[in-house]
Amino acid sequence: MARPFTPKVVTANALLEGDAIWFTENGDWSRDMADAELITDEAHGDICLLEAQADQSAVAGVYLADAKAGAHGPEPVHFRETFRTRGPSNYVHGKQEA
Amino acid sequence: MYVYNDFDENFVRNRVAQFRGQVERRIDGSLTEDEFKPLRLMNGLYLQLHAYMLRVAVPYGTLNSAQMDKLAYIADKWDKGYGHFTTRQNIQYNWPELRDVPDMLSALADVSMHAIQTSGNTIRNVTADHFAGAAADEIEDPRPTAELLRQWSTDHPEFQFLPRKFKIAVTGAEADRAVTRAHDIGLRMVRNDAGEAGYEVIIGGGLGRTPMVGKVLRDFLPRADLLPYCEAIVSVYNLLGRRDNKYKARIKITVHENGLEKIQDLVEARFEQIRPNFGGVDQQMLAQIEQAFAAPAFVTKSTDGYEAARLANPALRSWSDTNLSDHKADGYAVVSISIKKHGATPGDATSDQMRVMADLARQFGHDELRISHEQNVILPHVHKSDLPAVYAALRAADLATANIGLVSDIIACPGMDYCALATARSIPVAQEIATRFDELKLEHEVGPLKIKISGCINACGHHHVGHIGILGLDRAGVENYQITLGGDGTETTTIGERAGPGFGAEDIVPAIERLVLGYLNLRETADETFLQAYRRLGADPFIAILYPEKAAKNAA
Ligand code: SF4
Repeated sequence: MARPFTPKVVTANALLEGDAIWFTENGDWSRDMADAELITDEAHGDICLLEAQADQSAVAGVYLADAKAGAHGPEPVHFRETFRTRGPSNYVHGKQEA
Repeated sequence: MYVYNDFDENFVRNRVAQFRGQVERRIDGSLTEDEFKPLRLMNGLYLQLHAYMLRVAVPYGTLNSAQMDKLAYIADKWDKGYGHFTTRQNIQYNWPELRDVPDMLSALADVSMHAIQTSGNTIRNVTADHFAGAAADEIEDPRPTAELLRQWSTDHPEFQFLPRKFKIAVTGAEADRAVTRAHDIGLRMVRNDAGEAGYEVIIGGGLGRTPMVGKVLRDFLPRADLLPYCEAIVSVYNLLGRRDNKYKARIKITVHENGLEKIQDLVEARFEQIRPNFGGVDQQMLAQIEQAFAAPAFVTKSTDGYEAARLANPALRSWSDTNLSDHKADGYAVVSISIKKHGATPGDATSDQMRVMADLARQFGHDELRISHEQNVILPHVHKSDLPAVYAALRAADLATANIGLVSDIIACPGMDYCALATARSIPVAQEIATRFDELKLEHEVGPLKIKISGCINACGHHHVGHIGILGLDRAGVENYQITLGGDGTETTTIGERAGPGFGAEDIVPAIERLVLGYLNLRETADETFLQAYRRLGADPFIAILYPEKAAKNAA
């Protein structure tokens, strides 16, 4: 039996800064995961991924990551993705710096 | 030390110019990410979790003060004011922006440095004993050999697309400080019975998913045969190494699957075939390189002032007891600067600290610095009479931690705080262990103990050869830390044994504390090190300490 589809977001790194970014419903990118489109349908996920990958001008390393609905928008499921919303734990660098 | 000739200089400058064009074409959209990625990796530029990372080679770990100053300048101008020294004797910048990287590479080229072949399936930065040219137990300085290998391997047309990356380490001393037995090729400089200089050639060592201790391929290779012989090894591997499975592509698997004898036969045959092509040019080059590594003009002066200062200042005494090693020249010492202040990130130095170390090298250290695979910085040649001044300057720069070789001198890879391949974090674990043992004020009593932490199976943190190794894993979406015991990265290389089930992030530091305190009860005398006690007693008593509930159940 096929595994049920778990909700996802499309994420990548910004081409110039390398900062983590997420694909939004409007087909652009945000530095804040809460702005991302939470994808709940597998076929739609594939389309979003293709669409995001087609945008070669500003991004690198596009992939789908598990996510869940939160109070303000999508939230990470896995700790790796949580770190990407924040930055490293040894310095206040990256997103948490802002 | 070796200074670039015109050929080296042009080569590096051309690469920077090429890369500048490639970055521009990526930014204007003429190159896709798939096209650009291999190009940036060839120039040491990785994309990590939060940003790009630029890995700069420090060939065989040797730097002069101008180079260290330039590393500080780069950290300030294009990064966040610090750099991370790695187990491969490289330095990594964690926050460069794509547009700036060509300028960073150009600044490096100003001081004969680059990031070429710090990635990809090529021969990587050749590493060496960080006490090279200074250690009292040295037979010969390994750096001319390492430099010859660097020149031979850089842009070697046959070896740009090997089955997998390829790492060479060289040591010229009795004690193996370069972990030669965990490299694709390890070279130990030796002398035969006739007193002639040569190499013991070890191949097929490596850590990672399938850790293996290297095997001796040739117990004595005459010095003049080095390049043809290495070329023979790499060329046999290039054809025989597996390209169908990334996890079986390193030469250690090639040796394991084909057997040492078959590899030996193939290498010897290839060697006979290509040796005539070398015609002695390599030896002329080696002779020139050797001149560049001539020992500095050591001076003779009194060390009375140092002895008096040592007696008067307990902090200096404690630091000199742990952070100095024997030098081959009278009156000199090798100074290890700990980049492992308790609670700080192992291997991270600020730009200010880099400038202080550069200044000390200029003033007191014959202009030489080394980066160790243990992520510390070495001043290889300091006269003892200068040690009080050196210590005072280090102390003012927060660089005088007296912990070399002790519990808190931990190797830790970047782990999931930076690395895109990581399965768990390693830096916070290192920080917490060091902080805890600082609170306990026990590490000097515990004595020599090497803890090494990797954030994934790739083992950049050398956990397999830690007396205590810690491997961070992802167990069902939670960080989990597996402990290995009894590893050793020296001339008696041993792969550590897994102790048992892993520990969660909250339990790993208490587990390490239990283990180390438990060792204090197990050791026969205060001089018996952790590793010696482990070898004498075997794993069981240590496992019982790590898993007390299980031990209690077994006893019931
Ligand atoms: S061991 Fe793994 S996590 Fe650590 S630096 Fe290497 S690849 Fe990254």
